[in-house]
Amino acid sequence: MPFTVPKERWTAEVQTTTIGATEADGGTRTSTVTIGGDQSLPFLHFEGRTPYRPVIALEVLDEAPTQWPDALAEHYRDVWDDPAAWAQKAVDEFGADLICLRLVSADPQGTDASADDCAATITSVLEAVGVPLIIWGCGDDDKDNAIMPFCSQAAAGERVVLGAATEDNYKTICASALADGHLIINQSPLDINIQKQVSILVTDMGMSTDNIILYQTTGGLGYGVEYAYSIIERTRLAALGGDKMLQMPMLSIVGSEAWRVKEAWQSEEEAPEWGPLEKRGIIWEAATATFFLHAGSHLLVMWHPEAVNHVRQHIDELLAGQQT
Amino acid sequence: MLIIGERINGMFTDVKKAIQAQDPAPIADLARRQVAAGANALDINVGPASRDKLGAMQWLVGIAKEAVDVPLCIDTANAEVMRVGLEAAEGNAIVNSTTGEEERMEATLPLAAEFNCPIIGLTIDAEGVPRDANGRMEIALRLLMACMEKGISATDLYIDAVILPVNALQQVPIQVLEAIKMCKSLSDPPPQTIIGLSNVSQGALYRELLNRTYLVMAVASGLDAAICDPLDDELMEAVIAAEVLLNRNVYCDDFIKAYRR
Repeated sequence: MPFTVPKERWTAEVQTTTIGATEADGGTRTSTVTIGGDQSLPFLHFEGRTPYRPVIALEVLDEAPTQWPDALAEHYRDVWDDPAAWAQKAVDEFGADLICLRLVSADPQGTDASADDCAATITSVLEAVGVPLIIWGCGDDDKDNAIMPFCSQAAAGERVVLGAATEDNYKTICASALADGHLIINQSPLDINIQKQVSILVTDMGMSTDNIILYQTTGGLGYGVEYAYSIIERTRLAALGGDKMLQMPMLSIVGSEAWRVKEAWQSEEEAPEWGPLEKRGIIWEAATATFFLHAGSHLLVMWHPEAVNHVRQHIDELLAGQQT
Repeated sequence: MLIIGERINGMFTDVKKAIQAQDPAPIADLARRQVAAGANALDINVGPASRDKLGAMQWLVGIAKEAVDVPLCIDTANAEVMRVGLEAAEGNAIVNSTTGEEERMEATLPLAAEFNCPIIGLTIDAEGVPRDANGRMEIALRLLMACMEKGISATDLYIDAVILPVNALQQVPIQVLEAIKMCKSLSDPPPQTIIGLSNVSQGALYRELLNRTYLVMAVASGLDAAICDPLDDELMEAVIAAEVLLNRNVYCDDFIKAYRR
């Protein structure tokens, strides 16, 4: 008796979203990135199409990191005092599809850089690279609300992604994105209900659903990341079931989460059974990224170029099974 | 949950008058208001308003189709009127309905197959409405087999286990709930289930309360679709809440608003 593969029939698909604007669309980007549009759970090509390839953003900090392990630092040490040069290297040498610029210098507990300084950094990065940008504040709500309107304006018309709108703090970033034609990230603390609520709040302000990217705060592999997997998967299921407030493409922060865990940086003297240090962090980051890819993320923010290569190769393999 | 708005029906005075006066405005308005209130499809029934049933169906479908972009549920027992309605709806339609009687199935199922649209099957045969849930299931199975033979998939068949007024036949509402549950074990994938909600309260007092309560009970029993009045806000909110409580939709604080997006 012939075997018929049972297939799920979905009523909807993931929203398609384009990041970045070329000259034709009022920006100066030389390339744009389109994600989403999936018609099934991740990479189940027999059930539906994955029309757009998942993409990788490389993260650029606007001031030099102080505690990066050597395996990571050796790739960026020569450029990390200059975010524009860092971004350029990430694109030219490591093939980043996007740059995720994190304005850590704005942190009031640290350098406490001004809005003008942050805006100038954005301008320099936009001039240095042609790929689209994600611009993330420092994580301090008050400070981010003070700098974000200026940062947004410095990139007006470029269709960058501004991070991040949360349930308690979304108005300033949303208004800035609306004024300057950008997208925003809806962030929630590992909670699908809050994620959906943030979508309601920002769409109430007039943000259209194709200008939103969803982000659940996460952890690295081995540190509760399974919970993130199930929420991302559940979000995809809701999207395929037609829930318009959870239908947007999803982003996962991989680099900073993977390299935070001790398996990625503890010395060989302290943990000889874990094997060579120069490989551990890379493997940890690549495995974490792969994990999010299979959960349903469309955009991975990564750090190590070798981990990026592994993940890119894996994406090739995953998409190879799809009939064109 | 598929909500099929029931208001474009010649049984209602406003619709009847509009058909007789050939005034499209009230029909278009009803179509738009029902969809805005959360209907995902609209029932179209000429009712007793006109002798020219063919013309009236064509006219109603044409107006609704222009006003809104949802499937139109062509509600008639007459195969000729059905064809005219399906043609006017240009494929975006639901056949409402066939019964389990041979001649009704022979006349109606080929239309659903030809126009490639879902069909509602009432669990009624030559002897009328069965006395219990098992009797309803026998007819449902017959409908399912007939659909399969015509190439209509189980998921395109909506079994209507025929609700009758509670003030006359108080044992029926629970029978229909049982039938809704039993439908889900008929095949894999199973057929869908639907009810014509307002029938449950026909002639009774507190109609809206009865409708609202029964719809929530039916949704909890696995109901997939209802022909009902989406302009009844409390009814719609009850069904939205029921779907959240049954984990069919993801909760958020503004879950009512989320549903209407």
